[in-house]
Amino acid sequence: MEISKNLKYFFILPAVLSVLSLTAIGLWGLKPGIDLSGGTLMQVTYQGVPPTAAQVQGVLSPISVGEARVQPTGTQGYSIRTRSLSDTEHQEVGQALATLGNVHEDEFASVGPTIGSELLHKGLIALGLVIVCMILFIAFAFRAVSKPVASWKYGVVAIITLAHDVLIPTGLFAFLGYYNGAEVDSLFIVGLLTILGISINDTIVVFDRIRENLAHNEAAHRHEDFSVVVGRSIMQTLARSINTSLTVIIVLAALWLSGPVATKDFALTLIVGMIAGTYSSIFLATPLLVAWERWQKKA
Amino acid sequence: MFALRYTSILILIAAAALGFFIYKTTQPQYQAAQGRFAFKLGLDLSGGTELVYNADVTKVPAANVNDSLTALQTVIERRVNAFGVSEPQVQLEQGGALGNGVHRLIIDLPGVTDVNQAIKSIGETPTLEFKLVKQGFEASTTNADGTANLNAFADTGLTGEYLSSASLQFGNGSGALSSAPVVEVNFNTAGARMFADITKKNVGKQLGIFLDGQLISAPTIQQEIDGGTAIISGNFTADTAKALATNLNLGALPVPITLESTDSIGPTLGAQALAAGINAGLIGLIILSIFMILWYRVPGIVAVVSLFIYSIMMLSLFKLIPVVLTSAGLAGFILSIGLAVDANILIAERVKEELSDGKPPEEAIREGFKRAWSAIRDSNIAHIIAAVILFWLGTSIIKGFALVFGLGVIVSLFSAITISRTFLLALGIKGTGKISHFLLRSGLRK
Repeated sequence: MEISKNLKYFFILPAVLSVLSLTAIGLWGLKPGIDLSGGTLMQVTYQGVPPTAAQVQGVLSPISVGEARVQPTGTQGYSIRTRSLSDTEHQEVGQALATLGNVHEDEFASVGPTIGSELLHKGLIALGLVIVCMILFIAFAFRAVSKPVASWKYGVVAIITLAHDVLIPTGLFAFLGYYNGAEVDSLFIVGLLTILGISINDTIVVFDRIRENLAHNEAAHRHEDFSVVVGRSIMQTLARSINTSLTVIIVLAALWLSGPVATKDFALTLIVGMIAGTYSSIFLATPLLVAWERWQKKA
Repeated sequence: MFALRYTSILILIAAAALGFFIYKTTQPQYQAAQGRFAFKLGLDLSGGTELVYNADVTKVPAANVNDSLTALQTVIERRVNAFGVSEPQVQLEQGGALGNGVHRLIIDLPGVTDVNQAIKSIGETPTLEFKLVKQGFEASTTNADGTANLNAFADTGLTGEYLSSASLQFGNGSGALSSAPVVEVNFNTAGARMFADITKKNVGKQLGIFLDGQLISAPTIQQEIDGGTAIISGNFTADTAKALATNLNLGALPVPITLESTDSIGPTLGAQALAAGINAGLIGLIILSIFMILWYRVPGIVAVVSLFIYSIMMLSLFKLIPVVLTSAGLAGFILSIGLAVDANILIAERVKEELSDGKPPEEAIREGFKRAWSAIRDSNIAHIIAAVILFWLGTSIIKGFALVFGLGVIVSLFSAITISRTFLLALGIKGTGKISHFLLRSGLRK
């Protein structure tokens, strides 16, 4: 692969997608789920002919439960989101819903606001911790490689790639939140953290090949431009990168299309992160290494 | 070669035995009877209610916090067990981003979907407090509506914490109280000393007895009471006095709890989620197998076999450890299936390269495994780091995911390296002819 000539073009796709994601996040923001913000979520199913969403909204408005968001789920059911409800308020809502027909409560979740903010906090700490551990680990794993690029730089490049891989699904969720009310919940955070792991995985496989090729050259006393080594490494790992992503995406797509409702968004997050992780390990991580090496030479 | 084939057959027999074990212990009747090796399903898959209570320990001396929380846990466990739920769980957890926040009590009630009933079954901890009437407030201890005027009372520090037992008694006093039911409270040594001290210093004053913040009675202190026994009289019948004594015995705790969050999932929704999860896993596995066999041929078949053995090993571990399976855990398992293939792909690609260098098949396979190992090792370590952090910092949903995922990574390291390698070498593909090359290569070209 002709990395040296086309260096600039490699960065176009990641840059455009990153800017789009940032715009989406800035424009629409992220909608927190009840487990992050606190609140109540009820999932009910009506027997026979279900009432309309407006009717449900209608019987709820006289009760002082604040703003209620009613969304149809399936053909027979509704999910109702309100602020955190007390025991008695919960019963009142149940009675109000029963006036519209034979109703069954499938799920009732109520989360206090403190637990929510705590979860968010923990998630962010975990995110930070994973990133720090990954830089350290990569710097360690590639400690033997110091020429022409120092091993800690592999770590930094891996983290830039990570940031990109996490940014893309987050941007998608900002869009989905605006488009169909998708919410960011604790599973989404798990998804992001998993993407971190997968992204590192992809990047490591390519870096590992660079490491091996560099060692090879050294043993053979052959001198080769860094960009040539990197280009060859990408080509050698290309089939693997694509096939691995494909296999993981196959199982995730199954989870997304036919898996439990609870993990549908989670699967989608991972699919998008997976795709971003694959192309970024090829088109972002390694070209960045080459760019850094050139910049070093010039300086 | 003989040793390799022998080992391969042993692995296959062991896998078949494990498969039979899973089959046997997943029969509906075994699962229904909650046998020792039945799959343990989380509340989101089996239906049930989870209640999270905040425990307020601000009034407990720091040294006693752990003891009183454990005591609280015991009491709640007793109440939940009395409710007749199968396998209820009561856990303590400390909140806050770094585990230094409020103390929480997490109660899992499988099969209970009526939240209100569940909350009632746990009830609120009765708190018993003794408060002195402040000087000047003697005439105004109650408000116009009959509730206690809290401004009129001063804390004495004497609470139910110092209780050793409570029992139903029939009064031996004079007049109308002669045979009325009362609750006799016995203090422990420290409590008896405090009680003696309070009564000694405040003769002639009223001592209010509060239960759950409500004033039950406010007798006037006649003299110092040093026996460590107090009588609570009120408008009790024999039954209400007995109930109070029982509650005080069970809940003689200074830790008030408040409901922080509830999560209740109906059994149909849980069963749907479980069926969907299994379905997704199977579909994923099948499509994956077809792809691997078509693209990677012999190494693909080996990868698929070792993938099935991997799945059997994971399912057995879920039963043996046991791991409580949730939607998030299932997602972690399905994801780990995808990642388990990664090692096989790395190896297959590497073997192909070695063949292109003109090496004979057996050497190419050995070399391919050796070369692929460093990438497999490093990427798996990265996954394990992520799983450990998630497990360490996560809440229950995230922990469920991290446990299954981390377990999957470790097991797949073994299955990809040991099992796939043994099988591939045991097949003994020899020669450098077209056929053996076709079998070991991949893709559409060449």
